[in-house]
Amino acid sequence: MKYLDEYRDPAAAQVLLDEIRRVSTRCWTLMEVCGGQTHSLLRHGIAAELQGTVELIHGPGCPVCVTDQADIDFACQLAKRSDVMLTSFGDMLRVPGSQGSLLDARTRGGQVRIVYSPLDAVELARRQPEKQVVFFAVGFETTAPATALAVKQAAQYQLDNFSLIVSHVRVQPAMESLVESPDHRVQAFLAAGHVCTVMGYQSYDRFVARYQLPVIVTGFEPLDLLQGILAGIRQLEAGEAWLENCYSRAVQVAGNQSARDLVQEVYQVSDCRWRGFGLIASGGLSLREPWLRFDARARFAECGLPVILNSACRSFDVMTGQLKPPECPHFGKQCTPETPLGAPMVSSEGACAAYFRYAGV
Amino acid sequence: MCLGIPGQLVRWVEREGIFSQAEIEFDGVRRVVHMACVTEAEVGDYILVHAGIAINRIDAREAERIFETLAEWGDDEGWHESLPEGGEHES
Repeated sequence: MKYLDEYRDPAAAQVLLDEIRRVSTRCWTLMEVCGGQTHSLLRHGIAAELQGTVELIHGPGCPVCVTDQADIDFACQLAKRSDVMLTSFGDMLRVPGSQGSLLDARTRGGQVRIVYSPLDAVELARRQPEKQVVFFAVGFETTAPATALAVKQAAQYQLDNFSLIVSHVRVQPAMESLVESPDHRVQAFLAAGHVCTVMGYQSYDRFVARYQLPVIVTGFEPLDLLQGILAGIRQLEAGEAWLENCYSRAVQVAGNQSARDLVQEVYQVSDCRWRGFGLIASGGLSLREPWLRFDARARFAECGLPVILNSACRSFDVMTGQLKPPECPHFGKQCTPETPLGAPMVSSEGACAAYFRYAGV
Repeated sequence: MCLGIPGQLVRWVEREGIFSQAEIEFDGVRRVVHMACVTEAEVGDYILVHAGIAINRIDAREAERIFETLAEWGDDEGWHESLPEGGEHES
């Protein structure tokens, strides 16, 4: 497919691999922020190919993995109601809350529907006015324009049977939280390309200035990732730290202004609980005042539950680069994609799932 | 979750406000996509789609840059012979 396949060309990748090896005088530690990048690095064998030249550690950029258990529990509670149709991206179905997953809720008779887009959930609400259609809105700033558009369309249609569980998270506060930790090992970041497609990358200027770490806006295909890694190593070898865009075909400095305006109109920045991390200041989004009638938490306030924390999963250590998934004592034993202890083993962008799936690539 | 898929704009269905939609072709498969955030796109443009909406256009000029860079590094590897002409891929 145009703009995918040519970025997977093995011979071109080899040129970049050779250049990375040529310029590296030592083994540098880079963190790819996005779980999609983690999967691509493992799937295409890049992490293994560069072993000893670059250590790639995996960041917190899997929104499914960091969705608070309380939100999953709330979604499961709603799914059990006969008047509710709970809609979600497929990624969320098998992620365990403290008392089961959405898939468990569906098995027990709950109405849980996978949708490709939140706008499909709006259509379901239009077609089934007798049902309360709730969309579980997870995702980084990449996904927020779609859910903001869903809210605006629902308002235009005057739907009183559509609402959102807003669990959107913001990537940069998590990166800040990570580098504030005294034992972090990150020497450069490969920033999440598609978040930057929407939000741009101006906001990283202060981050780079404050922490003196290179930030490279990076895409998802093998050549994108290799280009990002090479740019990061070149900066590190030169003793520099600046903001660099290696994904310019999709990312402009100010991002997509229309999408940003849409997000700004519907959402406000708020503190947010991240699974494994706890409360992150400015780490999420919540609906602004004019749109609060679409807030499922307010509409179904009686469905909240106390959360029973599962302490066995080492997701925090995995998502902060402290622990490689195979180093976890539960990996591949008590914790597999079939019997996950935590979200990183089931999410399509979870680092543990990537290692389990692509081990030996 | 954060992956965007590139596709080519085939036909505008509706080009007004929050209900803007266009038909997009992804590797031979056509799908109607919400276009409220990329209303400036024209037929033939490649766009990036995520969760059912277009989130940006793909800049064709910028897309070629990496291949130009590789070409500048020389042809010792013969890498560009494995690419279709002009660095493009025929689906």
